[in-house]
Amino acid sequence: MACGTGIDFLIPFATWFYRLFVMSIDVEIIEKLESRISLAEKPIVYEIEKGMIKRFAQAVGDANQLWQDEEYAVEIGYESIIAPPNFIVTLGFGKMLQDLVNDPEITVLHGSTELKRHLEIKPGDIISVTNTINNIRERQGITGKMLFVTFDMLYENQHQEMVAECRQMIILY
Amino acid sequence: MGKQIYYEDIVEGSTIQQLIKQPTATQLVMWAGASGDYNAIHYDKDYALHQGLPGIIVHGQLVGAFLGQMLTDWAGVKGNLRKLSLSYKGMNYPGETLICQGKILKKNIEDNQHLVTLKIWVENPRSEKTLTGMAVISLPSINDT
Repeated sequence: MACGTGIDFLIPFATWFYRLFVMSIDVEIIEKLESRISLAEKPIVYEIEKGMIKRFAQAVGDANQLWQDEEYAVEIGYESIIAPPNFIVTLGFGKMLQDLVNDPEITVLHGSTELKRHLEIKPGDIISVTNTINNIRERQGITGKMLFVTFDMLYENQHQEMVAECRQMIILY
Repeated sequence: MGKQIYYEDIVEGSTIQQLIKQPTATQLVMWAGASGDYNAIHYDKDYALHQGLPGIIVHGQLVGAFLGQMLTDWAGVKGNLRKLSLSYKGMNYPGETLICQGKILKKNIEDNQHLVTLKIWVENPRSEKTLTGMAVISLPSINDT
């Protein structure tokens, strides 16, 4: 089932009926998002701490010692523990969604993620995340309008080095 | 972790060690806290139903992180995940068993890096691929050591 085509029929009939009359995606949200295309949002800054990485690994259920055991990390040649590769995509993602779509009537689903990694992240790093909406596509679904919003997130460290780049796509309806 | 795998060990077309996960509702709350993604469709059943979903659903990025774990377990401490693309195809529900899988598409040397490209996916109990993607990993060469 592809994202762009198959989501509608998952929605039970009652809500489908309800949504025929109450459209969540209105002109206001579309205009708000469109007005921000290609404009970089204010960077969100994170100071990376060991506890953040540990909580991430525990939430995933990933027992790899490299994410949590300082002695082990040093033994195999790292300066300290490092963050798992997927850690970076969580930085700024939830915050960005809250800022852009602050309406509980709108359902937000994730469409895709494309991550390019350049450097490892370790405790003590200061990562600033810059988000730019790149593209918005509108589609008429059975239950009303759907928006496919693509945005680019850049992650820079305290030495102004590019740590990673990520393109995310979300679906709003 | 296990024994380090080297570029020379890689056979195109082969599959890698699967990872099996069964995310619980508690785990979704842990992920919400750890990731900062407080979208209520992941922990508030009434809200999820109101939004037309069959119940709370697993965060796409948590399932993506399961694939990340499978890849880092496989690649060993000297492997490096360079690129990861994920396409969230369907919803996952807490309590369901998810099988994370990967298959090696190709290996090649580029700018002195020993790269392996994999197709990766997650399958639910109905054999639906709810998440599909690709990964590029650099591995050490036995000639480096």
